[in-house]
Amino acid sequence: MTITDLTACQLRDALREGRTSAREATDACLAAIERLNPTIKAFLSVDSGAARRRADEIDRSRAAREPLGLLAGIPVAVKDNMCTADGQPTTCASRILAAWRAPYDAHVVERLRAEGAVVLGKTNLDEFAMGSSTENSAFGTTRNPWDTERVPGGSSGGSAAAVAARMAPLALGSDTGGSIRQPASLCGVVGLKPTYGRVSRFGLVAFASSLDQIGPFGRTVADAALLLQATAGHDPRDSTSVSEKDQPVPDYLAHLEEPVRPLRIGVPREFFGAGLDPEVEAVVRAALAVYERLGAKLVEIGLPHSTEFAIATYYIVATSEASSNLARYDGVHYGRRSSDHSGLIDMYMRSRAQGFGDEVKRRIMLGTYALSAGYYDAYYKKALRVRRLIRRDFEEAFARCDCIMGPTSPTAAFPIGQRTAEPLAMYLSDVYTVSANLAAVPGASLPCGFTRAGLPVGLQILSDVFTEDRLLRIARMYERQAEWSGRAPPAAGGAA
Amino acid sequence: MSGPQLVPTIGLEVHMHLATRTKLFCPCAVEYDATPNSRVCPVCLGMPGVLPVMNEKAVELAVRMALALNSEIPGLAKWDRKHYYYPDLPKNYQISEYDQPLGVGGSLDIETLQGPRRVGIIRVHLEEDAGKLMHAEGGGNYSVVDLNRTGTPLLEIVSQPDIHGAEEARAYGEALRQLAVYLGVGHCNMQLGQMRFEPNVSLRIGSDSQGRPRYTPISEIKNLNSFRSLERAVAFEIARHREEYEADPAGYTLEKLGKSTRGWRDDSGLSFLQRSKEEAHDYRYFPEPDLVPFVPDRKWVEELRKTVPELPEKRRRRFIAEYGLPEYDAGVLTAERAVADFYESVAALAKDPKAASNWMMQDVMRQMNEQKIAGDDLEKYLTPSSLVSLINMQKQGSINRTTASSVVFPEMWKTQKTPEQIVSEHNLAQVADSGAVEAFVDQALAANSKTVEDYRGGKKAALGRLMGEAMKASGGKANPQLVRALLLKKLGG
Amino acid sequence: MALSREEVLKVATLSRIRLADGDVERFAGQLSAILDYVDKLRRLDTDRVEPLAHALPIQNVLRPDEPRPGLAPDLALGGAPDRAGDFFKVPRVLDEDAGA
Repeated sequence: MTITDLTACQLRDALREGRTSAREATDACLAAIERLNPTIKAFLSVDSGAARRRADEIDRSRAAREPLGLLAGIPVAVKDNMCTADGQPTTCASRILAAWRAPYDAHVVERLRAEGAVVLGKTNLDEFAMGSSTENSAFGTTRNPWDTERVPGGSSGGSAAAVAARMAPLALGSDTGGSIRQPASLCGVVGLKPTYGRVSRFGLVAFASSLDQIGPFGRTVADAALLLQATAGHDPRDSTSVSEKDQPVPDYLAHLEEPVRPLRIGVPREFFGAGLDPEVEAVVRAALAVYERLGAKLVEIGLPHSTEFAIATYYIVATSEASSNLARYDGVHYGRRSSDHSGLIDMYMRSRAQGFGDEVKRRIMLGTYALSAGYYDAYYKKALRVRRLIRRDFEEAFARCDCIMGPTSPTAAFPIGQRTAEPLAMYLSDVYTVSANLAAVPGASLPCGFTRAGLPVGLQILSDVFTEDRLLRIARMYERQAEWSGRAPPAAGGAA
Repeated sequence: MSGPQLVPTIGLEVHMHLATRTKLFCPCAVEYDATPNSRVCPVCLGMPGVLPVMNEKAVELAVRMALALNSEIPGLAKWDRKHYYYPDLPKNYQISEYDQPLGVGGSLDIETLQGPRRVGIIRVHLEEDAGKLMHAEGGGNYSVVDLNRTGTPLLEIVSQPDIHGAEEARAYGEALRQLAVYLGVGHCNMQLGQMRFEPNVSLRIGSDSQGRPRYTPISEIKNLNSFRSLERAVAFEIARHREEYEADPAGYTLEKLGKSTRGWRDDSGLSFLQRSKEEAHDYRYFPEPDLVPFVPDRKWVEELRKTVPELPEKRRRRFIAEYGLPEYDAGVLTAERAVADFYESVAALAKDPKAASNWMMQDVMRQMNEQKIAGDDLEKYLTPSSLVSLINMQKQGSINRTTASSVVFPEMWKTQKTPEQIVSEHNLAQVADSGAVEAFVDQALAANSKTVEDYRGGKKAALGRLMGEAMKASGGKANPQLVRALLLKKLGG
Repeated sequence: MALSREEVLKVATLSRIRLADGDVERFAGQLSAILDYVDKLRRLDTDRVEPLAHALPIQNVLRPDEPRPGLAPDLALGGAPDRAGDFFKVPRVLDEDAGA
């Protein structure tokens, strides 16, 4: 077993016991990146010098018996829509920010550094987090380590692939409509979207302000819990981050091994309807059967507003907020400015036309339309009313069950280029994930098997607001029975 | 030409910078005249990934102003994004309040040349200011942007269209300014651009067949930053509307032409069209997702209401009624809150409002005007109790008025010593001992026999000269009343 | 909900995105398809449902009025595409551009 095969928790133990050093672990990750990134393209930028220096610092601190953080010496990758002030660019995979260097660290990056993590580099994403395949990156798509002709999912495809291919044991992603959970599912790793407000958004380049959340990728539930622990908590710089008084951050690892009993699992009929690939369905149902064998009760529930209506709601709310959040990219104060303009307005129009890709343009225009005079009530306001109906669906469901389960994604990883012609086809990849963002509830995707073609399938678990600790325990119950994290993708040396 | 009476109908939007130390959404210091782009941070620069956090002092000052304007403080206020693209607005949206502002309704009483008026208030809300856009020096083909001002807290107060003339508009603006300064809500320094006016001007042209009022189109004049330009621009617009209407009474109406936006050039005294009705902005307002609503605690609102001091207009009227002061004096003494507070302390301690007023109006205000001292700094130079001591010493005869005013008072102002200390140190005590004074009187009479003869010959004015001589002989310290009485006695009437 | 060419150009201008001639049709088609899809929300009766703007019932988040140092001018201006000394530099702004 090589160092890169260790999970983050195993690595943490190894570091504490002196069986390896932060430097060794970092060097191993950097070597894996060097070997695999040309194919997989999970990383957009890597700062090996800084990573090694940080690793050495941690090793020195450990030797000097200084107090160490939760992630001391553990290499972590960061999605490139989170600001890092260390000289690496923060591009959001967009031409408009291709050369931009943030003068400040995101809150979560500050937390990583404070806990002693070794930041390896920035990972690829769909431009401005808009997409479900990472094909919308301006710098080339990331490839799924399980089959490099297929997408890793999106928008956090780079982070998911980095962890799956064992280039880093941990990575941060962001989830607005499924952008952590769906790539976790397609890449066979654990990904968690916390409750809205659990993790500070300060320094996360905004896509949809009322939906965005930052969350962890790891190969195991414990790894995800560890990274969540390091990043969760109030930040006075984010007015929407919940206070410590109202929702103290629990210890996510302390009771991870305790099963939740009794356990009522809501199974929404809408999550098993038309459009769901039969192989994926079979694998997910097998996972539900494992829970039943553990004593859980499956309860059929309805989430009547939370699939197709949720997609419609999402593509109004998210695009409206995005059209506003991306108005600032105008070539005036930072970012790319066109060189061929005539006058101010032309400068705006050309800078943005040249700097944004098609999907970003589409969403900005959709959002602008939905907010514009005469359409606001019919689109934006209407969508916010349906959002309340979606929230009620979940409130009613959680009155009857402890969690909700179903497939994370209707299909396994699809071929690169298969869905790029029709935006709507791509949007429907999020049909099981968007409702959680609209309702603010936390959700995770857990590897639960493979298709016959060897492509990972993810089980989605959703739970009530601020119950991540219970959600993780529920996930761990399954993981103990059917550990998939040991299997490595072909790209990372596993069996083809 | 007969026709309906044209009544100027003006609503005024006033923006003022709040007296906070930091910006509305970030802890950057609010400072004027700093190096360009040196009072900025990622938040007010609108950089990727930043979030706003509301300044509690700004909210408090806004609510205080709303309370002073008799506005209602609704149970929930929220923030909204107002979108437009401009280089001095880094996010290309302004965070403001759209449909649920901090204060609703209210009014302000003002004094105009036509007498007292009450101007209704529609709303009071908080928003962030933009930066400064300037054109290049020497006509270069570019403009430059300084973002220091971006994010400065702005209070916007929108009046009802209750104003009916240019002078009234100015009076309203000045009253609002005085109120804001009184409350400590804003410094409203016009030179620093801390207050801006946007009048909406139209003329009412009678009523339609159902008795509903009809109007000429409305013009909104943007960004006037002095009382003079406010008054001139409003007067200009009233005249311009009148001209336009008279040239085309059927076509020049609000229904047909709507509202336009105009700029003002103070040097030429002309307004010019910026945006017509068709080109009106689509601001695409929607609730600001990065800020949570503000639900004011009702007890907090009541506590804040108690801290609203007596407002200037009311205080002025009370000074007239209670202290018997003339209008002019009452106006001067209530112009600044700290001065009015000072006056009332003196009046109470001296138990003599008239004497207090004389000293304030003549001596204190003169020093303040000469040295350009603001009311808030008055007590660095003088305390009510020391002024009262001076007043009492003069009444009791320890010093005469002239000595008090031209020697002791300036020394008090300069050194902050008490009048007792100064009189004693400089040996200024008025000579009131009749024996000593008599000696001075005798001296004067002896040295000025010609003048004595003049007086005895019927020139009553010669008495003044003799008094001057006697005072001079005493080094200015003799009690003038005593001098006069003794002179008269010795001169035989 | 089919968007006309004019409507697409109007939205693009409002979004400050210059669309090449050849792209207008393509975007019109795609946007129309998406708008058709989201129109299904009309099927839901929401007359007595209040809009949900904020996911969590958080209120009254305020910060103290305490100054803190910001960015040095070189960092503030560091990413500027064009600069004139201590200022951001932009093409000359005409009155017509005024906030339009």
